[in-house]
Amino acid sequence: MSGAQELAVRQKQEMANKEEKTIPGRYFIPAADIFETDEALTLIMEMPGVEKKNVNIALENDLLHVEGQIDFSNYQGMDPVYTEYNVGHYARRFTLSGKVDRDNISAQLDDGVLTLTLPKVKEAMPRRISVG
Amino acid sequence: MALFPDPFNTLLGLQEALDAFRTSGWLQSGPSGGGSYPPLNIIRKGDDLVLIAEVPGISKSDLDVQVKGRTIRLAGTKAVKYGENVSLHRRERLAGRFDRSVTLPVEVDADGVKAECRDGILALFLPRAEQDKPRSIKIG
Repeated sequence: MSGAQELAVRQKQEMANKEEKTIPGRYFIPAADIFETDEALTLIMEMPGVEKKNVNIALENDLLHVEGQIDFSNYQGMDPVYTEYNVGHYARRFTLSGKVDRDNISAQLDDGVLTLTLPKVKEAMPRRISVG
Repeated sequence: MALFPDPFNTLLGLQEALDAFRTSGWLQSGPSGGGSYPPLNIIRKGDDLVLIAEVPGISKSDLDVQVKGRTIRLAGTKAVKYGENVSLHRRERLAGRFDRSVTLPVEVDADGVKAECRDGILALFLPRAEQDKPRSIKIG
């Protein structure tokens, strides 16, 4: 990707309510990239303002649930005078295929970007077969 | 002065307050380019202002912040990198360069500006210039 392109603003997308939340506040869908190599599937999500300790990743059956909570105590007592975006928690769900090695999923958070690496199980990796 | 006295409802109150000010004409989104990247919020703290922008995936070294008089300039590049030999399934994150100037309605003490960048959030603490502060006048 060349860096010469002008960067455009993308409005944050609010999550449609599929379940009731017990804590007040809005949820947004983080922008995500998904790519695959021979060994692993990588998920990258943008969650600005989320600290490491407030990321919650849960895997239940085939459903990967990623949630990032904003620490809104930083915003306490603030008086907004001009705004262009809203703040809120982030949540997104992904359905995984059977070829992911569930025990070895790793996560990393840098500059508000969460990277999840989902290694493939051995059986799903491509094999080279030589003709004898 | 607390805008949201109930801590449990802090986030909800903040979100509502942010929405209400979304259309405020305080900065007159004309030449200052409302809608440019990065999106930012400006918050008042006493006499001073705090500018907060969401810059996920941009490292400190790729950010250039300049302050002159009433104008703040935010420039930089955002790179989205993928490894070699990958097949992309979904691409929602955007990359590119940005250069945005914002003109504030108050003068800022450029020497006193503090910048903080953590977890993809850039915060600029902009103290109002001493000569620009309002003075209260006693009625004799």
